Amino acid sequence: MTNTLADAARITEEAKQADAQGDSHKKALGEDFRTVGRIRVDKPRMRCTEVNVFYGQNHAIKGVSLDIGANEVIAMIGPSGCGKSTFLRSLNRMNDTIEGCRIEGEILLDDQDIYDKKLDVVPLRARVGMVFQKPNPFPKSIYENIAYGPRIHGIAATRTALDEIVETSLRKAGLWEEVKDRLDKPGTGLSGGQQQRLCIARAIAVAPEVILMDEPCSALDPIATAKVEELIDELRANYTIAIVTHSMQQAARVSQRTAYFHLGNLVEVGNTTQIFTNPRHKLTEDYITGRFG
Amino acid sequence: MQSSVLLLLLIGLMALAYQMGRRRSVRLVGGYGKVRELNSLPSYYGAYAAMWAGIPALLVYGLWLAIQGNVVSHWLVAELPPEIQQLPKAELALVVNDIKNLAAGSILSGHPEPYMQVAADHLHSLRQTGQAALAVVVLSLGIAGLVLARQTIRKDMRARTRVEQVIKVLLIISSTIAIFTTIGIVLSVLFESIRFFQAIPISDFLFGLQWSPQTAIRADQVGSSGAFGAVPLFAGTLLISGIAMFVAVPIGLMSAIYLSEYAGPKLRAMAKPTLEVLAGIPTVVYGFFAALTVAPFIRDSGALIGLDVSSESALAAGLVIGIMIIPFVSSLSDDVINAVPQAMRDGSYALGATRSETVRRVIIPAALPGIVGGVLLAVSRAIGETMIVVMAAGLTANLTANPLESVTTVTVQIVTLLVGDQEFDSPKTLAAFALGLMLFVTTLVLNVVALHVVRKYREQYE
Repeated sequence: MTNTLADAARITEEAKQADAQGDSHKKALGEDFRTVGRIRVDKPRMRCTEVNVFYGQNHAIKGVSLDIGANEVIAMIGPSGCGKSTFLRSLNRMNDTIEGCRIEGEILLDDQDIYDKKLDVVPLRARVGMVFQKPNPFPKSIYENIAYGPRIHGIAATRTALDEIVETSLRKAGLWEEVKDRLDKPGTGLSGGQQQRLCIARAIAVAPEVILMDEPCSALDPIATAKVEELIDELRANYTIAIVTHSMQQAARVSQRTAYFHLGNLVEVGNTTQIFTNPRHKLTEDYITGRFG
Repeated sequence: MQSSVLLLLLIGLMALAYQMGRRRSVRLVGGYGKVRELNSLPSYYGAYAAMWAGIPALLVYGLWLAIQGNVVSHWLVAELPPEIQQLPKAELALVVNDIKNLAAGSILSGHPEPYMQVAADHLHSLRQTGQAALAVVVLSLGIAGLVLARQTIRKDMRARTRVEQVIKVLLIISSTIAIFTTIGIVLSVLFESIRFFQAIPISDFLFGLQWSPQTAIRADQVGSSGAFGAVPLFAGTLLISGIAMFVAVPIGLMSAIYLSEYAGPKLRAMAKPTLEVLAGIPTVVYGFFAALTVAPFIRDSGALIGLDVSSESALAAGLVIGIMIIPFVSSLSDDVINAVPQAMRDGSYALGATRSETVRRVIIPAALPGIVGGVLLAVSRAIGETMIVVMAAGLTANLTANPLESVTTVTVQIVTLLVGDQEFDSPKTLAAFALGLMLFVTTLVLNVVALHVVRKYREQYE
């Protein structure tokens, strides 16, 4: 592990140099996959160092080091199959449920290794919530969908407390006004956008620190997308959000930092504005200018 | 000509027509290279010709066979001496029967009279002529069809549409056969039941507490009460099915949960077919397993703790039926649990739920309608089970809720009522139809409920 940490330090150092040298390096880097840009931040909520993910023989994530800062929205972009979703899923150990998936490296959540053998995955997932690509409300009532998490974690002692959590979560997700009169109706009866906000409310209900979003708007229409994006911006005040998206406009609209993945490598990371206006890596430039992807 | 030879010839003719139709269509456009100019593929023209050669001939053949017997009898009677023709209908039928037997060279009811011998010869010649005429008519129809098809095949003829119309008719006929058979079974059971209810009031049957179907043949016979209260039978059925479900539902459901949620793919690939082997064991094998192994074991274990268990007990039969239907519950539940989208599991895991919490709170509720459907199918099997009950639970119609006593079920009584020589005008035999009708209604209601539940489930993840 010391070796990999040393490697990471080297990469960081090189990235800093690249920072200093600026645009002149763009062409020279070419197909070089070493990360460009600042991977570390001052106030990290999660700190990943040299993370490798394997699906059987397939090396899906190759030595990714990245910080996810507190109260920031970090967008992960890249062509299909670049590993951004896999990386996201390794942040709350959702990959554990996949047969033959192996993870190397270190992922810290508030200085605690989440892949530590002694760590229980249940409270971890309560601290790092997740919203999926397709809205997946349980086939239960709206109320029960939200109450599910608090119930399994024993968060609410009384019915009143539970009612309160449900209301707060729905309010935070901007769904309360739309559903307050039909909390006992099935969550599957809502529209796609409402379902996705219900899933966000469900994640909020267990009071997580980090919310991972895996293409949360790809199944939604533009209006519903706008609502969810607005919501993401509001949630930033209290939560740290990592969002995987295929839409570069969305990444530009909602995130403060952007990470570009390519073939399992973290190619470039930096401030969203800088990534989209002045990418330093050839691959990033090609991708955001639409030359491939 | 023999019927089988005739049919073979007809099939040969159809094959010939197929080849002819194919070639003709190809020749019409001038070779295989230009087949696209045809409205349909050459094989459709072949099938079209084969249909023309075969179907009208077959229809006539069937129709001929259906009416030949009656027509021949009619002509036969017309040739008989007038005094015989004057006989009452039943006696005339006997005479005709004798003549037919004579013609076939079988044993007669009496000594053959001269006019009978004449008539038999006449019958024989009539039949010969009939066969020959049939062969001629059918074959010429076949050939005429072939020629007609050959004449009508054109480049722009829609052979495909016509062939598919015929196929559609064929499909409709096939599906109606199943429906009409069901209707026929229901009606025959229904009419016999109505005859039974004319002898025994329906209220006695539905609410009577005594089942003893032995009716007296002579007025002074003893020990034949002839009571037809079906309650003990349905109670026995209920008791045994209840025990069976008590065994099958938890074991089946839990094994389904294990197989679909916990077991690795290798174990699952092995365990599921093995479990389904249980469903392939003939029930009669389960029956003697119940009678020779389980029932004595229960009796002996009962004796150890001072319980008086009869050697044929509802418990033994129920347990074994329960084991028999485990695969129904587990296999169907396993399927519906697997049908629950992975997104549901992901959603639950992402909230920090453990596997068992996910199973209990998300997967089972989501799969519940499907599971209920599977359980109801299993109940139908348990209610209809006969062999195991005959062997392990006995034949005594006890009205009891004690699983350690011997009871009997509806299906077992139907079997005992209809085994051996029967007279179909006594309530004893007719009771079997009434029981069958009741059973049919019960399982039908269960199946309708099961279907309804399953359909509701299908709509869930649209």
